[in-house]
Amino acid sequence: MGLKILTEHINVPGIETLEVYRKHGGYKSVEKALKTMTPDEVVEEVKTSGLRGRGGAGFPTGMKWSFLAKPEGVPRYLVCNADESEPGTFKDRWFMEKNPHALVEGMITSSYALGAHTSYIYIRGELLFILRILEKAIAEAYAAGLLGKNILGSGYDLDLHVAPGGGAYICGEETALLESLEGKRGNPRNKPPFPAVKGLFASPTVVNNVETIASVPWIVNNTGAEYAKVGIGRSTGTKLISASGNINKPGVYEIELGVPVEEFIYSDEYCGGIWKGKQLKAVVPGGSSVPILPANLILKTATGEDRLMSYESLSDGGFVTGSMLGSGAFIVFDEDQCIVRNTWNYARFYHHESCGQCSPCREGTGWMEKVLHRIEYGHGHQQDIDLLVSVAKQIEGNTICPLGDAAAWPVAAAIRHFRDEFEWHIKHPQEATAPGAVYRGQLATIEA
Amino acid sequence: MAKITFDGIEVEVEDGTTILQAARKIGGNVVPPAMCFYTPLKGSGGKCRVCLVKVSQGSAKDPRPMPKLVASCITPVQDGMVVENTTNEDVLNARKSIVEMLLINHPLDCPICDQAGECSLQDLSYEHGVSATRYEEERRSFNKVDLGPYIQLHMTRCILCYRCVYTADQITPERVHGVLGRGDAAEIGTYIENVVANDFSGNVIDVCPVGALTDKTWRFKNRVWFTKPLDAHRDCPTCSGKVTLWARGETVLRVTARKDQYNEVEEFICNTCRFDKKEVSDWTIEGPRHIERSSVISANHYELPVINVPIVPNLPVSTKKNLPQE
Repeated sequence: MGLKILTEHINVPGIETLEVYRKHGGYKSVEKALKTMTPDEVVEEVKTSGLRGRGGAGFPTGMKWSFLAKPEGVPRYLVCNADESEPGTFKDRWFMEKNPHALVEGMITSSYALGAHTSYIYIRGELLFILRILEKAIAEAYAAGLLGKNILGSGYDLDLHVAPGGGAYICGEETALLESLEGKRGNPRNKPPFPAVKGLFASPTVVNNVETIASVPWIVNNTGAEYAKVGIGRSTGTKLISASGNINKPGVYEIELGVPVEEFIYSDEYCGGIWKGKQLKAVVPGGSSVPILPANLILKTATGEDRLMSYESLSDGGFVTGSMLGSGAFIVFDEDQCIVRNTWNYARFYHHESCGQCSPCREGTGWMEKVLHRIEYGHGHQQDIDLLVSVAKQIEGNTICPLGDAAAWPVAAAIRHFRDEFEWHIKHPQEATAPGAVYRGQLATIEA
Repeated sequence: MAKITFDGIEVEVEDGTTILQAARKIGGNVVPPAMCFYTPLKGSGGKCRVCLVKVSQGSAKDPRPMPKLVASCITPVQDGMVVENTTNEDVLNARKSIVEMLLINHPLDCPICDQAGECSLQDLSYEHGVSATRYEEERRSFNKVDLGPYIQLHMTRCILCYRCVYTADQITPERVHGVLGRGDAAEIGTYIENVVANDFSGNVIDVCPVGALTDKTWRFKNRVWFTKPLDAHRDCPTCSGKVTLWARGETVLRVTARKDQYNEVEEFICNTCRFDKKEVSDWTIEGPRHIERSSVISANHYELPVINVPIVPNLPVSTKKNLPQE
């Protein structure tokens, strides 16, 4: 068993209450930070830890914090992005439900580091029951003097609010989240200005993922240097992986970054192998928006090295032979899954979730979905495959926010690695649309 | 002041100017098109993406190129910036892609659209579009929305530039319409049936780059290229009273604000001037309106003798002589 930073006490009965949480070392980081450290020292610790954003982009958190503009007389905000909506990702939801105080503690310590006196947790609208859990935890923290005026007699004030969104995927994009939090339509903003300069209510703002913030207390307690020892290379620390798909033990796993992918899929400690002993076909290693990889490329990189669960190793080979760690949603496909249908399903999601603000994404996502739908249901033409590649290319990089890229990548990658399967669907529409029909030619190439 | 190089042309502009405004200072063919950006409206821009340009050098201090194409209408210039627009193939390809995207769900009903002839999307697709489409699915269409006695909303033609939303926010005292829905189901609407009615509501027609918002008092009366644009003014208690009349013979068919070569209004006008003053006697005529950019209107220009009008730009001199003399 690897080191558990986030989930050590997660199965302790009653950990959602302040009493039990404190018994297991909870809120130590608040005491340590507020009483013995300056805000800059906390930022420094996070910088040394090498902690990277756990929401998907993997941007170093310490660096993000140090970019925060600090003009005089202007409030600063810390916003926790709990709008987890990427298909395949369910780690934050599970974490907040089990251990809400860990997030509250992280929020207090991080807000102190950033000099924020009002902080928000923006939670996805579908997770209203978790909102109640968090509100209960926050009320307990207020009662214990861990929130509010003069926290633990240190003279530091902090108000923490939980705000629900309407359940839109786009509100997980940080500027759309801020718009939504301000009570407006959740459209992403044009950048620059970046939130670090002009974010929530036109004030400097940092937006961090739940898991990122929840990692901060451990870093403060055990120093950033200790955290940096965990993991591999520039991928330090542990990561929650939401494993789903055709595996024996789907669920959330905390791994030390650097575990080999093969071990993660097949060892009993983690996924426990492919369901019913079937053959692995493909893996989407970081949530629906990252490129899909066929079995041979997910287990080994193009150069023949073992693929590891880390930011660098998963993106080895760029998008040609690699993918991304993303938000850590590990979706496994066995030999009986149809890649065309799956790609269509993803395209449908992005079509539905595009905000409609900028033209390439608004029109392109719908277009891709319609073409994929056509191929899946046996009405595709041979030129449709190139059309999809071209439309994906037209969207990528031309949009306001990364949703356009997220919609384009899975389609482009599926065609890159599973072109045979698309062609089979187009050439043999009757076979392909028969119930349960799956193309199996790809497996031969994977084994070879 | 910041000095930038745009398509190889150096230009000096105030700090904080956007790339697009700097390009407009140069003028001519290098100016990127703009479908959603509108100078008088704060916060507009960045949405349609047709003004994408390549920044091949960020600034004199930090000469790295910007990784992606940037929207020129919202990106401020920096001293020493080098921008490529018409000289960069990626930019032209990206623009072509965007135009294709804008057109896949557009009904292309120009023959029955009142905006035809002064439509930014029409101009744009002539310049950057391709003649064939690769889109075979059914085009998106919407039901007609009634916005009251003056304004017709034809949502199917809309490209969601948000200009009318910003106009209602910034020019009129109240906004009753907005963008509803998401993705390609997003539409302009009032949610609960409502009349867009206040003294300046008519300006949403002027800012609309396509035929989504048209003037009900002018609909189907004439084609814009058959009318004569005249600059005129009147003593108006609510607005500047400076307008363009679109007349045919002695009849004023339509009144709009005066627009510059980028289709941006110089001064917003009130509804009384726009909808109620349709007699020549209401106005003091200043003279013909100079129309520079909008396609077919200028082809029918009467400011100059017909012989000098470049109907076909590269017409040989000999054929020109055979044109009918006025």
